[in-house]
Amino acid sequence: MSAAATTLAHEVPPQAGPRAFLHRLRQGDEIAHLLTLTFAAVILLLTSLLVYELWVNSHLSRTQFGWAFFWTKVWDPNFDNFGAAPFIYGTLVTSAVALVLAVPLGLASAIFLSELAPRKISDIISFLIDLLAAVPSVIYGLLGIFIVVPLMRTTVGPLLINTVGNLPYIGVLFRGPNYGVGFLTAGIVLAIMVVPFIISVSREVLLTVPREQREAAMALGATRWESTWQVVVPWARTGIMGSVFLALARALGETMAVTMVIGNAAAIKASLLAPGDTIASTIANQFTEATGDLYLSSLIELGLVLFLITFILNGLARILIVATERGGGRPA
Amino acid sequence: MKKALLVVWLMTLAAALAAAQGGTVLLNAAGATFPYPIYSKWFDVYHTAHPNIQINYQSIGSGGGIRQLQAGTVDFGASDGPMTDEQLAQSKFKILHFPTVLGAVVPTYNLAGVTGDLNFTQKALAGIYLGSITQWNDPEIAQANPGVNLPKDGIVVIHRSDGSGTSYIWTDFLAKVSDEWKNKVGKAATSVNWPTGLGGKGNEGVTGLVKQTPNSIGYIELIYAVQNNIPYGKVQNAAGKFVKADLAGVTAAAAADAKGIPDDFRVSITNAPGPKVYPISSFTWLLIPAQIQDAAKRDAIKGFLKWMLTDGQKFNEGLTYAQLPKEVIARETKAISLIQ
Amino acid sequence: MIALRMFWRKSLNYVMLTLTGVAAFAVVSVLFLILGYLLWNGGTSLSWNFFTQLPKPVGETGGGMANAIVGSLKLLFLAAVMGLPVGLLAGVYLAEFGGKTFSFVVRYTTDLLNGVPSIVIGIFAYSLVVLPVKHFSALAGGVALGIMVIPITVRSTEEFLRAVPGNMREAAMALGASRWKTIATVVLPAASGGILTGMLLALARVAGETAPLLFTAFGNRFWSQGWGQPIASLPVMIYTYAVAPYDDWHRQAWAAGLVLLGLVLLSNLGARFILARSKAV
Repeated sequence: MSAAATTLAHEVPPQAGPRAFLHRLRQGDEIAHLLTLTFAAVILLLTSLLVYELWVNSHLSRTQFGWAFFWTKVWDPNFDNFGAAPFIYGTLVTSAVALVLAVPLGLASAIFLSELAPRKISDIISFLIDLLAAVPSVIYGLLGIFIVVPLMRTTVGPLLINTVGNLPYIGVLFRGPNYGVGFLTAGIVLAIMVVPFIISVSREVLLTVPREQREAAMALGATRWESTWQVVVPWARTGIMGSVFLALARALGETMAVTMVIGNAAAIKASLLAPGDTIASTIANQFTEATGDLYLSSLIELGLVLFLITFILNGLARILIVATERGGGRPA
Repeated sequence: MKKALLVVWLMTLAAALAAAQGGTVLLNAAGATFPYPIYSKWFDVYHTAHPNIQINYQSIGSGGGIRQLQAGTVDFGASDGPMTDEQLAQSKFKILHFPTVLGAVVPTYNLAGVTGDLNFTQKALAGIYLGSITQWNDPEIAQANPGVNLPKDGIVVIHRSDGSGTSYIWTDFLAKVSDEWKNKVGKAATSVNWPTGLGGKGNEGVTGLVKQTPNSIGYIELIYAVQNNIPYGKVQNAAGKFVKADLAGVTAAAAADAKGIPDDFRVSITNAPGPKVYPISSFTWLLIPAQIQDAAKRDAIKGFLKWMLTDGQKFNEGLTYAQLPKEVIARETKAISLIQ
Repeated sequence: MIALRMFWRKSLNYVMLTLTGVAAFAVVSVLFLILGYLLWNGGTSLSWNFFTQLPKPVGETGGGMANAIVGSLKLLFLAAVMGLPVGLLAGVYLAEFGGKTFSFVVRYTTDLLNGVPSIVIGIFAYSLVVLPVKHFSALAGGVALGIMVIPITVRSTEEFLRAVPGNMREAAMALGASRWKTIATVVLPAASGGILTGMLLALARVAGETAPLLFTAFGNRFWSQGWGQPIASLPVMIYTYAVAPYDDWHRQAWAAGLVLLGLVLLSNLGARFILARSKAV
């Protein structure tokens, strides 16, 4: 180490002003700051460019339909009448089902893998679960068609109709004809697709929780579960929420797998067993074949609508986080 | 880590250099999925015969083919439905249509206990897909199928979820035979607002759904039905006869009014007149720019077209596509000279 | 009373911990089901030809997906080169340097980007890279996939950098290291395991994406030269073959799915091995 490169303890660098700046510059900190700042800004630039492109290319349909695009239930390429309502509904419903299934399962699995399972087994299983993220969505779709859909039609569907379907209020979710394809099936397939993200990231984050935290809780007489649920998990809360964000984002934007198992009916139905459609699935299905400027423009406007939905959902989720942050956790 | 990256980079560089050849004519094409099997066969055979010509065809859909052709990102396109007048008017350059093969769309169904071929009248198909005929034992279906035990159950209608040339042919037929369809759903299109039913992705998706869902009906390309041994019904043609789709019936549809085919080959042959005609048949076209600057590419395309109209047609039947009628081939051969 | 409460706590403990085991078991069995299905359907279709031959038209046996395998590797390489550095450095910024509002905006935007359907990203890359030069290219495909790699990388980099205890940073600074040196030589290595996981997860995800490649990399039945030509990839081949009418192509589609997984597995193993090696020094 050359003398010039190190700062000796008694050499306090000047605090402010151009000399300080130059000093920090020479130290490389300013460059590092600027460099990383630039790359962070690149993300903003890319996203803005993306939104701009979506905005510009959807000009035709935006001017044609205006706000009615959001609540029009008809999607008719032949008569050039386009509305996003059924797809907004489908997107929200399938993502909700996916998260309702995936978050508890994923979190519970992650807890098991990080707290209870022997490290080696946990590592191997986690490794295999990471692989699931690489399975192409087409294959998930095929697996959905070959395995999940028949299961839904012959076993799970009738079961749900006969049991939960008879209850008041909640029963309306499980009535009506059962084809095997539909919102619930799509939600289940989505849940399988996003659970690896939740498990993978949550497990890693849970592993970073310092041992002292657990030991402190146990020393105070907590049971294993209490120490995990009331101390360890809250400590890792932001990371776990982050994994849920990843999962939600994937669920909202998933195209291939959903389109193969959702039934593709542009309709809004209360029953989860009914067929429907999502925004991403519609765009993927129709974009390659679409000719006609208004048609294309409407499809792109759908993409813009999805962007808006993601924006709002992310906002709501963040408000939720801030609200629960009061309950303690790792100091930021 | 650095070493590994360097090795990977060197390997890809080596591969790229090794594969580079001089004098190769590379053609990119995009379009319809329906003829993909025969096109891939043709381009492969042609490449073997002319190793310096590589034709890379990707089946991204008829609409995609038209769009990419107009954007200039591919050298030629392919479509199951001819370009409309508006599309041609919008195009910056002239585009020629060349029919390549003929195909058919058949109604397939899943009815327990029904093993023979069902007869479907034109009204029946339109009614089913409009949602006005909802039960299998509806008189419209029952009358055409005396002696067949049709259940009271509801019909589960299955259509395509993705835009497709198959849907184009199917809706073209329905629009011709049913005014109600034409008014309510519109003219032939790759994607429509289906009045009822579930959507399957691709021919495969529709087939899969029909196989799995009792009391369902769907429409698929003839190839699929034949390759997968799926039962399909007979359709009533314009002459009133019930015809089961086969290659002869399809070629008959094209030959029915061969002289009436316009010079630009943009014609719909659904519901063609004649007793032996299968009514849900269609051409599929290659879309070639009338003017090609690059001489090597132009010669390659013209050479391929000539080959396609002669030797190429021999491969059709093996892959369950119908051959073009002789009159059409003759006219197309003349049309090749239009490519400058 | 205390005894009752103790009983309740103990049974809750037992029940909940068992439930987590059940959940993990359920997930793992689904996982094994999927892998098993792939192995069964794909493994029987694998052959030497698969890895060495170009695709053959239907009806001819012996076709393979050699160009698609190389294509996927090339595309992943491009995606990694373009997307990972952006993700990593942006994550470093958010964790180490960020100002409050700007960081919030960047994080929010990253999450938004993550939620964009892959086909929309493909359309975006199409208008950026394909239309201006009027031809499809591997580069365009790499751009599309690179964009998709960024959000996951950013999130995990930031998360695991934050997880590094503050005392490590302080110790380094007390020894006189500048900010960036602390980050580069102390914090990043400490977080490297998690960061690598995030990167591999991101690459794994884009390895299986089809929609963004349809309009960018396009696809190629032949070998693709350099970076400026259309290029084949495993997901697109799977997609094309899976919806075709021929059983032979279906089997090839499954085989391709298996090979894709194998590729991801190998790169995972390889990266972890290299990381372990460099850490052991």
